[in-house]
Amino acid sequence: MTAISPSKTRVAAISSPRQRIRVDLRAERRAGWAMVAPAVLLLAAFLIVPVILGFVLSFTNARLVSPEPIAFTGLDNFVRAFTADPTFVRSLLNTFCFAVVVVPVQAGFGLALALLVNQKIRGAVAFRVIFFIPVVTSIVVVSILWKFMYQPDGLVNSFINSITLGAWQGTAWLNNPSTALAAIIVLSIWQAVGFHMLIWLSGLQTIPGELYEAARIDGAGPWRQFRDVTWPCLRPTRVFVLITITIAALGLFVQIDVMTQGGPVDATSTLVYHAVRMGYHQQQIGYGSALSLVFFVLVLVIALVQRFLTRDKDSSHGRA
Amino acid sequence: MKRKSLSVIVAAGLSAALALGGCARASQDSAGAPGEITMWTHSAGNPGELAVYKQIIADFNASQHQYKIVQQNFPQGSYNDAITAAAAAHKLPCLLDMDGPVMPNWAWAGYLQPLGLPDSLINSLLPTTVGRYRNTVYSAGYWDAALSIFARKSVLDKNNIRIPTVDKPWTLDEFDAAVTTLKANGYATPLDLGAADTGEWWSYAYSPMLQSAGGDLINRGTMKSADGALNGPDAVRFFTWFQQAFKDKWVDNAGPVGNQRFIDNKVALSYTGVWNAKDALAAVGGDLLILPPVDFGKGPKIGGGSWQWGISAGCPNADGARAYLKFSFQDKYLTAFADSQVVIPSTASAAAASKYFSDTGALHQFTVLSRKFALARPATPGYPVISSTFEKAAKDIMNGAAVKSTLDTAAQAIDTDIKSQNNYGF
Repeated sequence: MTAISPSKTRVAAISSPRQRIRVDLRAERRAGWAMVAPAVLLLAAFLIVPVILGFVLSFTNARLVSPEPIAFTGLDNFVRAFTADPTFVRSLLNTFCFAVVVVPVQAGFGLALALLVNQKIRGAVAFRVIFFIPVVTSIVVVSILWKFMYQPDGLVNSFINSITLGAWQGTAWLNNPSTALAAIIVLSIWQAVGFHMLIWLSGLQTIPGELYEAARIDGAGPWRQFRDVTWPCLRPTRVFVLITITIAALGLFVQIDVMTQGGPVDATSTLVYHAVRMGYHQQQIGYGSALSLVFFVLVLVIALVQRFLTRDKDSSHGRA
Repeated sequence: MKRKSLSVIVAAGLSAALALGGCARASQDSAGAPGEITMWTHSAGNPGELAVYKQIIADFNASQHQYKIVQQNFPQGSYNDAITAAAAAHKLPCLLDMDGPVMPNWAWAGYLQPLGLPDSLINSLLPTTVGRYRNTVYSAGYWDAALSIFARKSVLDKNNIRIPTVDKPWTLDEFDAAVTTLKANGYATPLDLGAADTGEWWSYAYSPMLQSAGGDLINRGTMKSADGALNGPDAVRFFTWFQQAFKDKWVDNAGPVGNQRFIDNKVALSYTGVWNAKDALAAVGGDLLILPPVDFGKGPKIGGGSWQWGISAGCPNADGARAYLKFSFQDKYLTAFADSQVVIPSTASAAAASKYFSDTGALHQFTVLSRKFALARPATPGYPVISSTFEKAAKDIMNGAAVKSTLDTAAQAIDTDIKSQNNYGF
């Protein structure tokens, strides 16, 4: 939409140009506020208010369904989480374990795929589509499919069986406490890697071709080109990919809810899953809020640390 | 011109935002038009059930002019959340259906008012289809479900396994021997307990086994503690058996949920519900046996109490809601539900008219099982917590956790919750 011009009748009434500008500005400001209003209202109703509520409820014994009055309990919920709730501690460890594996592997894998589909070869677009299909498939559907594949007589074990000519039988992947989390890591990476491939790809395509040309003239091979042109130029993309994967990994929930419900024996329980279980299934919404607050602080701290580590070290030459 | 179009857009945007915020209010206000009675069901996606409700509502609305029922359907998965959210916002519908064991929790929270239907009507219903909390009736249902062990007569005969009856069910030793025999004769996993399922199924399916062994979810006498019931010697004995059954590959938790593996003859014995009986009947025909559950020592038990109807506390048209419920408990509707859903009708006269559940019906055995063995889940407001805790403990045990300590932890979690709620008023 172009700038708003005052209507003809208005112009006649206004004498000086300065006044006209002021009227214009006021009208524009009004229009701006009016345009932003729906979004602000919705954000307030569905984001800001719940966040504040969650923060407040963390310090109470609030229940989802209860005639009893709510009482402030101070830090009780937090003390309980760290001292009297072994499942929470286990969930914390699982969540970290998941993130520590998923972040580098998925980012690296995504970059490798992006480099592959960035070649000028026939069918590159088809490959891009293939790698991207899991991303647009609902994660619930993906989880159910993989659940079937991981069964003792499922696709994964049949495949292992035929590859090793029956020497190795595989296991009930999701029922085995030592393999369940690994199984979920594999499917999560498979599902989401296409999205980050696309982000890397957009980063790769912003690198000017002249740089490669110049590098080739200087006699740089493919590895040198990657190390001294591609890698430094991908800096902003890298920061973005790292932070988005980290936040997504820490928020692992759907796969757990669909496939294992935190089992076997807490081997796949995660922070968000445990908070939902406590808040909804056990109706302890106060305690669930406290767990969510812990999760929020963790994500915030990790994101800030990452921002700090990946900050522009000298901003005069930095590419932001 | 431009300014006009802008203000139109802004106005449209604002009104859309307001409408979004307000639509929930407008459509669910119980006090809509005078005489309008709102009704929520959990039956979205279940065309058979909805067709019967539509019929009842149409008939009721046509039978009088004072009240008009307005129906809204939710998918079962998110139904309880919708109720909780609506209750928090004081926007509950007049009529709502609920899963039997959840009712005390809602009654205690003040969501429901006593049902107030005539005693003659309530007394004509199967006991497990009436929801009582602290000696007050809050809900009543058109049907109950029942669990049984499905088997093929030919398979049992071939393996020389005695066919159990309601008077002489399988003892645990007999059952163990039967499963061992079946495993030796071609069934890699002879038994399907439905362990792939999640949620309320776990309490519904496995707490009756625990009760049959002498344990329970909670001490029903006082409703104040699970200690000794959920983690006593009987419970430990049952769960040790449960764990061993998985360890020995008698049973597994591979899917699919439902009864498909029995229909495909991949398992010989399937512990499942009446709702799967129609398909099994179609696939297996006269060879199908509907057997009583195993006697773990204290007689066989099956879960009782399915979905039931209640009236919300703030309903402005409670008399109309009652009139509707009274109208809806006609035998023809109960029979229609029973035959479309394959569930046990809650009155004897409706059962007599049913295609499946009359004395000569193919599924009559389920009514016998329900009358003889059904045991309701404990009617305490703490039930949702008990159920969710039980599910986690049972799954952990299935996956190899130490039996006694897992049960101790579960009992302690339940007791902590009960204490934090001042014993839920018991």
